[in-house]
Amino acid sequence: MADVTISADRATELGLAPANKPRGMVRRAWEVFAENKLALVGLGFVVFIVLFCFVGPLIYHTNQVNTDLQTYLCKPSGGHLLGCDDLGYDELGRLMIGGRTSLEVGLAAAVVAVFVGTLYGAVSGFVGGALDAVMMRIVDAGLSIPALMVIIILSVIFRPTPAVIIFIIAFLYWFGVARLVRGETLSLRTREYVQAVKVIGGRPMRSVVRHIVPNAIGTIIVQATFAVADSILILSGVGFLGLGVAPPATDWGSMLSGGLQYIQGGNYWWLIYPPGVAIILTCIAFNFIGDALRDAFETRLQRR
Amino acid sequence: MVGFLIRRIGQSVVVLFLVTVFTLFLVHLFPGGPVRALLGDRATAQQIAYYNSQYGFDKPFYVQYIKWVNQLLHGNLGFSYHLNQSVSNLIQQDLPKTIVLVLLGTIVSLLFGIPLGVYQAVRRNSFGDYVLTGVSFLGYATPTFFFGLVLVSWFSVDVHLFPPFAPQSSSVISILGQPRALVLPVVAYAFLLYALWSRYMRSSVMDNLVQDYVRTARAKGASERRVIWVHVFRNSLVSIVTLLGLSLPTLVAGAIFLEVVFNYPGMGLAFYQSALNVDYEVLLGFTVLATVATILGNLLADIGYALLDPRVRY
Repeated sequence: MADVTISADRATELGLAPANKPRGMVRRAWEVFAENKLALVGLGFVVFIVLFCFVGPLIYHTNQVNTDLQTYLCKPSGGHLLGCDDLGYDELGRLMIGGRTSLEVGLAAAVVAVFVGTLYGAVSGFVGGALDAVMMRIVDAGLSIPALMVIIILSVIFRPTPAVIIFIIAFLYWFGVARLVRGETLSLRTREYVQAVKVIGGRPMRSVVRHIVPNAIGTIIVQATFAVADSILILSGVGFLGLGVAPPATDWGSMLSGGLQYIQGGNYWWLIYPPGVAIILTCIAFNFIGDALRDAFETRLQRR
Repeated sequence: MVGFLIRRIGQSVVVLFLVTVFTLFLVHLFPGGPVRALLGDRATAQQIAYYNSQYGFDKPFYVQYIKWVNQLLHGNLGFSYHLNQSVSNLIQQDLPKTIVLVLLGTIVSLLFGIPLGVYQAVRRNSFGDYVLTGVSFLGYATPTFFFGLVLVSWFSVDVHLFPPFAPQSSSVISILGQPRALVLPVVAYAFLLYALWSRYMRSSVMDNLVQDYVRTARAKGASERRVIWVHVFRNSLVSIVTLLGLSLPTLVAGAIFLEVVFNYPGMGLAFYQSALNVDYEVLLGFTVLATVATILGNLLADIGYALLDPRVRY
């Protein structure tokens, strides 16, 4: 009889033998994620920008409350590494506190939108029938309203504090998440383990929270990552239109808005490029991470 | 197909109802109501009460809604108190100008996005593919207005090649008569759309390249050029047609940022200024118009998809 022994690795690969250590979902996803160099670059940049915005002001002290007309539009120099804006605020320090607003709002809006959208979509898809139809028409309606127009109207109506902007962005963003999660739920609800919960008398809410949502977590996390990038972009747009947070607080979009009026007058590059590049790099970083996460979770599904 | 159409149109009507209710509700969120916004902070209580009864704002919400929808159905989109003209008039003035910008931008972006997307799919993981992927990532992550600002700073301030402002005329013909002033807004708009088309085209072509009909075409001896540009290309266009339908609302609303940056006298700029002036009937009218465009766009995309792809049956 021919020798049919195969290596342990090969056996694992063929699914003939259990892997020595059962690795968790998170760990397997991380392994795929870590293979993606762009994703690591993105993650590295996000860590950097968070440190820059939150730890940076502790090292690089600037006055971001009182204006200083003596340093009006000063050029980058040893004292002001990125120069000053038209109110004499140090641009580098401003980039830090502006970035803090942008990151906080972006993250919080994404979390709120994804949380609401996930629950709504999962309930709608799981319950089905007439309730699903009604709930989905509401989502259709939400997705049909031009988001930018509603954002502008809402920003004019309400005083734009960070908390208000978080809810405005989240309010317009959760519809898309809800539709996506509902789609995922429709396929998950027919799985045996969800059916089993029903058979042994589990309440619907239990199925949704304990079984549907955890199994859709890959889609949800990927969506949340993109939501952060989108929220930062939306916030910068609101800020650019002059409807952002009130001074002396600022965000990257408001900083760009301030630079707009000096674009004709001379070479004030430090008013335009730092906030603009910060927005772009942060959004690209989150997009890289989102793409890699999607690959990671999809691979997990393929291996199962 | 007919059943699908009826069901789909029925859904659209329900959605339209919900959206109009929401939009009217939105206007009532203005602190002190729309009349306070209209008359300003120094209006007395009597003045406000008088205008409220004149305009029917003291009636229950559903009465106001029915009255408003009735007006909409008769083609009356409202009246701009700030600009002293009817909203329909305003739209007639501004919509063609926005359509010029959006249409030119879309055409330019398609001219680049589609061929380059095909190239990326055929030569995937090549150096060129990586570079173009980088470009479209940049397109996704760049705020519209920032790109517009950079263009102005490069091409109008540093090099006096193009004017920093869009054409400032009231008619479409004279706008088209100043092509130099149109370049920067159109390029800015096209770049952002380019990212979208090239990404979709790339993945769509890649999906189609592994289909059976491609193998059949190759097996019967079709040249690679023919396989790609006749067989795969035509099938890949289906998803782009759908996306075009979905981008219809930008005809009305999409170019707000660019119109503000370049001071382009279109719908977006008019909407933005009306928002700052709390000219609420303009806000209502424009939002409803944009919403109708969105719903129509979705409908057309679905129908177009069903017509173009015989495998899709409802």
